[in-house]
Amino acid sequence: MKINLNFIEACSLLEKNETTSVELTKIYLKNIKEAKELNCFNTISAEQALDDAEKSDIRRKQGKLKSRFDGIPIGVKDLFCTKNIKTTASSKILSNFIPSYESTVTQNCIDAGLISLGKLNCDEFAMGSTNKTSFYGPVTNPWKSNKSEAKLVPGGSSGGSAAAVAADLCVVSLGTDTGGSIRQPASFTGTVGLKPTYGRVSRWGIIAFASSLDQAGPITKTVEDAAALLEIIAGHDPKDSTSSIKEKESFLDNLNSSVKGIKIGIPKEFKSDGLPVSTQKAWDDCKKLLQSNGAELIDISLPHTMDALPTYYIIAPAEASSNLARYDGVRFGIREEGENLIEMYEKTRSIGFGDEVKRRILIGTYVLSSGYYDAYYIKAQKIRSLIKNDFNQAFEKVDAILTPSTPSTAFEIENEPNDPVQTYLNDVFTVPINLAGIPAISIPFTNDENNLPIGLQLITNSFEEQKLLNIAKNVQDTINYKSVPKNWWKS
Amino acid sequence: MINGWELVIGIEIHAQIKSNSKLFSSSSTKFGSGPNSQVSLVDAAMPGMLPVINKFCVEQAVRSGIGLNAKINNKSIFDRKNYFYQDLPQGYQISQFKDPIVGNGFIEIDSEGQPKKIGIERLHLEQDAGKSLHDQDPKFTFVDLNRSGIALMEIVSMPDMKSADEAVEYVKKVRSILRYLDTCDGNMEQGSLRADVNVSVNKPGEALGTRCEIKNLNSFKYIHSAIIYEAKRQIKAIESGENIIQETRLYNIDTGETRSMRSKEDAHDYRYFPDPDLLPLVLEDNWIKKIKSSIPELPDKKKERFIKEYGLSEYDSSVIVSDKSTSDYFEKVVQDRNPKLVTTWVTSELFSILNKKNLSIDESPIPPNQLGDLIDYIDSGKISSRQAKDIFEEMCETGETAQNIINEKGLSQISDESELKKLVESVLSLNPENVEKYKNGKDKLFGFFVGEAMKLSKGKANPKILNELLKSKLNS
Repeated sequence: MKINLNFIEACSLLEKNETTSVELTKIYLKNIKEAKELNCFNTISAEQALDDAEKSDIRRKQGKLKSRFDGIPIGVKDLFCTKNIKTTASSKILSNFIPSYESTVTQNCIDAGLISLGKLNCDEFAMGSTNKTSFYGPVTNPWKSNKSEAKLVPGGSSGGSAAAVAADLCVVSLGTDTGGSIRQPASFTGTVGLKPTYGRVSRWGIIAFASSLDQAGPITKTVEDAAALLEIIAGHDPKDSTSSIKEKESFLDNLNSSVKGIKIGIPKEFKSDGLPVSTQKAWDDCKKLLQSNGAELIDISLPHTMDALPTYYIIAPAEASSNLARYDGVRFGIREEGENLIEMYEKTRSIGFGDEVKRRILIGTYVLSSGYYDAYYIKAQKIRSLIKNDFNQAFEKVDAILTPSTPSTAFEIENEPNDPVQTYLNDVFTVPINLAGIPAISIPFTNDENNLPIGLQLITNSFEEQKLLNIAKNVQDTINYKSVPKNWWKS
Repeated sequence: MINGWELVIGIEIHAQIKSNSKLFSSSSTKFGSGPNSQVSLVDAAMPGMLPVINKFCVEQAVRSGIGLNAKINNKSIFDRKNYFYQDLPQGYQISQFKDPIVGNGFIEIDSEGQPKKIGIERLHLEQDAGKSLHDQDPKFTFVDLNRSGIALMEIVSMPDMKSADEAVEYVKKVRSILRYLDTCDGNMEQGSLRADVNVSVNKPGEALGTRCEIKNLNSFKYIHSAIIYEAKRQIKAIESGENIIQETRLYNIDTGETRSMRSKEDAHDYRYFPDPDLLPLVLEDNWIKKIKSSIPELPDKKKERFIKEYGLSEYDSSVIVSDKSTSDYFEKVVQDRNPKLVTTWVTSELFSILNKKNLSIDESPIPPNQLGDLIDYIDSGKISSRQAKDIFEEMCETGETAQNIINEKGLSQISDESELKKLVESVLSLNPENVEKYKNGKDKLFGFFVGEAMKLSKGKANPKILNELLKSKLNS
């Protein structure tokens, strides 16, 4: 059977009875087993998956499919709470946590008949862009430079989700994106990553990092797959007060790749001398491609782009410092006993959290402290509205915005800069989108001189995912990017 | 004023909203259930859980705001108040800081017989924390999360009160209003209503003193004595040259003293910020109007009406309206009856028996319609007041109706004139000598005839009619 199946292909194989859910599940479980070196999975739920696959095959025989994608194996970022399956957020503090409940997003997947293979590694509490902050160790990017044997980061925080799709360890996967955590790893692994509009997908049951920015989304091999998986996970959820009341949409059926008359904005603030030549070239090539397919290019300005990163690194840690207060050793997770309550808190949280998480809790606590609140948090909120306003004004003139997804391609695991701010710069192109709450997609465009994938980012206005997917499909179909990583990791 | 010092008092009341479920979850709020039996995933702050506002609690807060003559804000915001404690599962309390649901208002209290306005600064919604049990185990603290997430209203007054009496009057009045509105059951023993009291003292004409806050007072008596103690403590300190430090103090119910809990320097930095899990609370004018139109008659209005409609005295009226259940009881009894008689029976006989039995009026052994029946018997002369008191007591003990007791014991008065005439005639014919003596001027013998007639009627003769008949017969 053909490897590197995408969602639509898997669906059609199942429809034509050329394979079964059990057979597919077995193949992927074998792939996972052979890819230990990539360290993509925190938890593999093989037994449960095979059980579910068997049930799916029975449903198929009885003509009682839950959806057309019934029986397809997926991977789930270890940030989604899954009933009776360990959910750790890749943190020591939750290393023994087994939820009694299922997140809305994963429940939606179950309701569509998808088969979860297990929980995917990620940065601890989704804080990071390298997947190196995970308590379970870094994920390795399936891609390697053609000039070096060095292991590369898959990006983060949904590093496991992106690497697993790229390495064929699942057909599609679920990630979350707070400042680029879906799009940046998608860009680093040659996959498609979609961050939906804030409120499009329920946050209920997803371990919170920064509540006003977090959004779950698909990581897939194709734009069609992203449309299909988004359709499955999206929708109003009365359990999430920030969930949009918008009706479910048929993103896949409504895909239309024409860009005739579509106006594409090119923000001047994203141009930078520091951008690698190959990334700049990919961006330019894509502009030309869209233009020759009938789109109109318009130069736009998003004046507050450069303020987005510092703004993000105030708002996200502020919310995180409060969201992570519940990990106190009292009710769940690990507890390190102490002489008294304060000592128990201190020991539990000192041992339970990694350095990056601690750093962000400290920053967040600081910026919310009396005397600093106005200077940091309030100011950041003001800039956030200015950033949102930049996009509002831009979308009066254009349908979509095209930018690179990341300022570089995947870099070496061992070569991460010591200064965390340097690492934070990875998110410079993705963070403004979260602050504005709008949707964006990263699609693989070409490979650089080292044969590493370069992703480009398309952005539209709130709840215009259909338009976003349509334009992305146009680019995808025109370039026909078929590159896959060499299968070096098979043990 | 205490020894030439003025008191300035401001009060924060924490009132538990009367609702079946919690502020942000659907768990039950029933009091007295087994520990941790009313705890949802949200209340326990499990990872990934999100709060969803309970619309009914919002409605209750708006209703309370209207009852406090306060401004209802169309937009309010929920904030997180961050601190660590074992019975605070989220590590923050969802509250309202800068933009509360209810703004400025006022109520009127009685201050030494004069009406006085007390300003309300704000009312905001917040979650309650759980309960820590420190006495269950020598080593561990146990936590009960049943209270965790229950909806509270914090009602903040202006520093408008000048004495412990006024402070108590204020809390009583707020409690009464909330009970009228049915937004809080006001049960102070169960902690449904508790007060934090801010007290400072100053010499007349001089600047306000430094205030201290006494936390968590849950009875009128404690509020009163804590204020008196605290004011005297501050006066004594200032007079001996000390400075008052702004601090939070606790009242010891056993010793009647207050002691320092933490000073301003040790105060938590709560790092308030808007809760990103909740959208701003936006209330439509029409919705507020609808609630306004459903507000029942409140104590002040009712008091006026009772004075006008039933001719009650100012005092009786305020006693009866101070509690909604009492006023409801009174109104049920007073329908088409003599208001004076009803007032007396409710405020003296009924109150004294309730006091004795330590019951609320809702638990009264005599329902209003039965007290009404009893009063009807008195008013129509079927029984005497003396008899009524005995019957009333028996009604309380046995739960029997007045009618049954009267019938069973044959207690009803003989008011029938022809029957009484016969009685009078037989008494006079049995005592011809005394009749002779009376007619010859021995007036005192009148009492003798009354006594004989009563004896003959087994005490059931209506004394008024009997007297009249005797008089007319003897004088004819």
